[in-house]
Formats: sequence, structure tokens, C-alpha cells
Amino acid sequence: MEMYRSHVMVCRGTGCTSSNSEQIVKNFEELLKQHGLENEVVVERTGCFGLCALGPIVIIYPEASFYSLVKPEDVEEIVNEHLIKGRVVKRLLYAETIENDTIKSIDDVDFYKKQVRIALRNCGVINPENIDEYIAFDGYKALEKVLTGMKPTEVIDTIKKSGLRGRGGGGFPTGTKWEFAAKSQADQKYVLCNADEGDPGAFMDRSVLEGDPHAVIEAMTIAAYAIGSSQGYVYVRAEYPIAVKRLAIAISQAREYGLLGQNIMGTDFNFDLEIRLGAGAFVCGEETALIASIEGERGMPRPRPPFPAVKGLFGKPTILNNVETYANIPQIINNGAEWFAAMGTEKSKGTKVFALGGKINNTGLVEVPMGTTMREVIFEIGGGIPNGKKFKAAQTGGPSGGCIPMEHIDVPIDYDNLIALGSMMGSGGLIVMDEDNCMVDIARFFLDFTVDESCGKCTPCREGTKRMLDILEKIVEGKGQEGDIEKLETLANTIKNSALCGLGQTAPNPVLSTLKYFRDEYEAHIYDKKCPAGVCQGLAKYTIIEDKCKGCGICAKQCPVTAISGKPKTPYIIEHEKCAKCGVCLEKCPFGAIIKA
Amino acid sequence: MTEMEFKEKLSKLESIINEHKNQQGALMPVLNETQELFGYLPEEAQKRISEELDISMAEIYGVATFYSRFTLKPRGKHTIGVCLGTACYVKNAQEIIDRIKKEIKISAGETTDDGLFTLEATRCIGCCGLAPVMTVGEDVYGKIVPEDVTDIIKKYQG
Repeated sequence: MEMYRSHVMVCRGTGCTSSNSEQIVKNFEELLKQHGLENEVVVERTGCFGLCALGPIVIIYPEASFYSLVKPEDVEEIVNEHLIKGRVVKRLLYAETIENDTIKSIDDVDFYKKQVRIALRNCGVINPENIDEYIAFDGYKALEKVLTGMKPTEVIDTIKKSGLRGRGGGGFPTGTKWEFAAKSQADQKYVLCNADEGDPGAFMDRSVLEGDPHAVIEAMTIAAYAIGSSQGYVYVRAEYPIAVKRLAIAISQAREYGLLGQNIMGTDFNFDLEIRLGAGAFVCGEETALIASIEGERGMPRPRPPFPAVKGLFGKPTILNNVETYANIPQIINNGAEWFAAMGTEKSKGTKVFALGGKINNTGLVEVPMGTTMREVIFEIGGGIPNGKKFKAAQTGGPSGGCIPMEHIDVPIDYDNLIALGSMMGSGGLIVMDEDNCMVDIARFFLDFTVDESCGKCTPCREGTKRMLDILEKIVEGKGQEGDIEKLETLANTIKNSALCGLGQTAPNPVLSTLKYFRDEYEAHIYDKKCPAGVCQGLAKYTIIEDKCKGCGICAKQCPVTAISGKPKTPYIIEHEKCAKCGVCLEKCPFGAIIKA
Repeated sequence: MTEMEFKEKLSKLESIINEHKNQQGALMPVLNETQELFGYLPEEAQKRISEELDISMAEIYGVATFYSRFTLKPRGKHTIGVCLGTACYVKNAQEIIDRIKKEIKISAGETTDDGLFTLEATRCIGCCGLAPVMTVGEDVYGKIVPEDVTDIIKKYQG
């Protein structure tokens, strides 16, 4: 590899790319060339740095200067000042890295201080499109260790001892899954990677694929060796074009280097990988549905047993793990099971990546040891709630999870604690809600999602979730009746107990958890016909403030249901019985005399 | 698409099918690439796929209608997507999509009469840090408010 005096790392993750970071790269390259510095300074396109709220982000090494919210036109100043004259451009530095006029290391700022990056180890550090960089950071070392010095059973033992559990949602012990498949006898076995990240608000798998695709390839090859497979598939969402492209590049580079294909590293072990694109079906995150989709069928789950470890893809023994799970594997092999098991809680080992989103200052990706509390993640790492608003709930586990209120914010996060709270780990989306969010509306939002994504195979999910949504829609429209809450509870429990797959079994969770912690909001909607957060249109009440109304009559002219009346130059009045709650009057009033309550 | 272009694409489809013909589970990759090629799955293309892969039309229809990425009707020149993932939803994405509906006078899933826009309420596109987000084709607009919608749409009307 070439040696350079400075490395300019520009984030090309999805968030920063959406804010034009490619133009920043181009400006750097052009200006460096103009100054004849292209052999001294190198510009690298990296994966996600995690702090998406402040993107586009540029980090310059060896100083590790962390520039945030960089615009393409700022590049000239950075080149002239920092790269030519050696003066850091303080104006563009991430404000948290400046303290009393001195510059702190990124590792000392709140956002990064408590993080332990294992799955995200290389994200933002290497150029994901260059296999040499991955190798320089100990890449494929674990594969070499496994192929030249470990028996398949030893690999499985190591993973079992590490305590690694599936990061895609369920939390099944990874080593045990591999052991089942290893024990199944067959002429062909398959290793699959679930990169069909469907949970809204979760984007860690995408970031790993975009920032460190070789880690997934290496781990899948190790898994193949452990269970005795020669063919693998990565099932990735077609909606992730950058991830697909980088993974394809990584696979072809690995083949070129003899790290995939026949006789890997000169041994008699063979393994190859193919990418299969999903086509937008949330249910394909369920393992048997994903398998059906790779087979070219509709992505519908089937009952288990037989488990995929016995009869999976094309009827052969198959293991399926999620991207983040795989990203941990090479580290566990390199550093040992004990190293990994030393992190986390009794039953949840290692770290977990969370995607912070919603009403939180530092939106982005964070990786923390299991057992970190929600409070630490939201208020210390995440920087709390914007605009001085009050925290109301944190939603984990996407459409399968639930909302955790303030009173449980000090519970250490692990698989079992979240389930005990009525939520679940899921893939790690963590959406923060403040006082302006209506919890009934959020429950309706998730049910709307599940109804849309239900594959329709089993009745409890197909019909049951639809009926639940009907009731919730009634409630948010202000037509809720006594008994609705009880009906929701009965339906929810029936669906939980009788649906065929994980999608249906967990679909009622958003309703059950909001009922558990925010029952008063449901009651306010049903009995008082009020939405405490003021979100639900159907319950809104528009009123004209007499003192402010100039009597211009614009509102009355605009009202589509003639619910507003009055005489010019005297205050107008809204008839609440007639009002359709469309909000046009409020929008059109030139004097701000109409309020929504 | 003129008849010429359509025929050209049909011959391209031929090579897509040949490339995947001997793969196990070939239908999904073939449909994905066909969707990419035509912008939808024309009946004529489905017929060819059915014959070449020896899969019944009924089965192809079943798969094509199961996955949201596949469409049976041509789409507009620009697809407007409004992310309704959770992070965007809690930041008022609903108001954004309502504003767009008003602006171009169609509902989600529809195409304007002039064939210029198709509107879609999309699943999470993974840039939650920029919520709320709307996309037009490949362009992403983040941290927007309903008032921004008019100007964004204007850019594509010229």
C-alpha cells in the first residue's frame, strides 16, 4: 500500500451521501491535485461514522480532526488551512471536540466515550471497496486461524462459549444454531445472511454492509467451514443500492484473492457466495419466508419444525444469521470466547448496535455493551431530547416491539429485560418520542404497517391485525366506545398465541405495551374525546380567539363545510358539530386567531 | 416507450433470462432485473419468463403481486417517495405526504395523468438521521418541512 502523510476520511454512508458527501470527495480530489498534493494526501470514501445528525462528516488523520456539517464549498478552506498550512479549521470542528480552546480526542466526547465498537469496528475507518485495507486491519486473520488450526467442532465451541446471540431480533444462541446444522447429514448445506433489514428505523446492517462488507464475507466463510457448507447467499434489500454495490465489489475481490471459491487459502475447503435481492416484503425477515423468497416463491413462512438447520433452503440443512451477528464472528475467533463473554450481562454477551432516531439530538448509530441503560444511551450518548421537550417513551424492536416509558429508563438493556418490559431487542432500532407524540397514534401506525406487511397465510395475523387496526382507527378518529380497550386486549392475546410466524406473534406488542404504560391516553381518546398530545386530527377542536379575530371572514369563505359563521368586523364562530376538522381555517387565518386544542 | 424501444428491451430480457436460467430459484433475480429494465413487469415480458423458465403465469402473477417492488403498471417519469418509517413518522412525515398529495393531486400508489410523477409512501430508507425524508428518483431531501414541498416538486416539472 502507498504511504501518505494525511488521510482524509469522508463518510459515504447513506445519511452523509444523501447530504452530498460525494461532491465533498470530488472537491477534495480536485483541489489536492491543483496543489500537487495527490501523492501526499489521500481521500478515502468510508462507511458510517455513526453521528448521522451532524453529517456530512470528514475526519482527517493523523490529527483525527472531526469536521461536521461540512459543505462542498468548505473544502477549499480545509485544504488551504489544514492540509497545506497545518492549521485545523476550528469553525468546522464538531463543537463537542473543543473544550476551553483545546481540541479533545473524538473518543472523549459524550457520543463516543461509552461506545465499544466491535461490529462497527471498521466502519468509518477503512475504505470498504479496498480489500487490502480490511486485511491491514486484521481482516481474514480469523479465517486463516480457523482453516489452518481449528476443527469445525472447535469453531462451534468457541462461538457457543462466547455467548453470542442472534442480533436480528429473536436472540437465539448462534453457536447452538450452527451445531444443529453441523450435525445434520446432507450432500449440500447452505449458509445464509439475512440483510433484509425491514424494521423501520433500523439501519445498522446496512451500515455494516456499506462500511465493512468483508467482515460479513469472512464470517460466512467461517460459518460454512463450521457446518460443512460450500455455498452461501446474502439476501439483501434492493432498497439498499450502495450496500449491494459494495458487497458485490467485496465478493469479487475476495474471489480474486483466493478467499472465496475453490481451495481457499490453499486448503481443500471450498465456499462461494451469491447475492440475492429482496423485493420489498417485511415478512422476508422471518427465516422460513426468506428461504422461500430465495427459492423464487412468494415470501411466506412455513411452520417449524422442521427447522432450517435440518431442512432449509432447497430442502437442505441451512443456517441463517443476521449481518450484525456475522460482524462479531471474526472478532470472537481472533480474541477468544472469554474476551467476548466478559462484556455484557449474564445472558446477553458482547455489544449491541442501536440506531438512534426520532426526537433525539444525536441521531445515528451507536454500539454499546449489553447492559448499558436506556438512560445512558438516550441522554448521555444521544444527547437528550431537542427543543427542551420532555421524554415520553423509547420504542425498540420496530413493529414487533414496544414502548418503554420514563419509569423503566434505568433498566439495563439486554434481550431478557426488554421482553420482561413488553418490548424486545429486535434488530436495534431505538426511536425516541417526546410529549408531542400520541401513543395511540403510534400503536395505530405500527398496526397499519403490520396489516400491510402480513403475508396473509394464517388467519390470526391476516384477520386479527386488521380488526385491531379498525378499532385503533376508530379510537383516533374520536369514535372509540366503551369496551374497545378490552376487545383490543383479547384480540392481541389471541394473535400472540396463534399466529404462524414471528411477524404475527409479535404484531400486537406495540398495542399491548402502550396499553400497559399509557392506558390513560387511550381512555382520554375514548371517554373524554381528547388527544392529550394534540396529534389526532379527528379529536382536534378548532376555536376562534375572540380578541384576535378581526372579522375578515376569510376562514368562513375557505371552510368546506360552512361550519364558520359571523358578520364582517365582528368575531366569527366555529360550529363544532359541523366542523370536519380539516384545519383549513387555521392555515388561512392571517391573524393567527384560530387555535387547535 | 415506443414500440421499437419496447422490442429492444424484450431482446435484452432474453439475455437476462439466459443468464439465470440454470440457477436455482431464478424467478426472483429475473423479475428484479425485468422490473429494473422496463420500470414495470409488462404482460408480454411475464409471458416470455413463463415460457423460458417453465413457471406458470399464475405463479409469476402470485410472486409479482406479493412483493411491493414489483409493479404491473408503468410508473411516472419521477417517483416521489416519502419515507413513513418510524423515525420520519414521529417527525411529521404524514404532513409532508399530505402536502404532496394536495400539490400533485394524486394519492399514494398513483401516477399523475401526464405521466410525470408516481407517489409512494415508502418503508424506512435508512437515513433516519435526516428525518423526515422525501426522495425524487435518486435524489434525497432530508430534514424538510411541508413548505419545502412545492419548490422541490417544481424542480422536476420544468
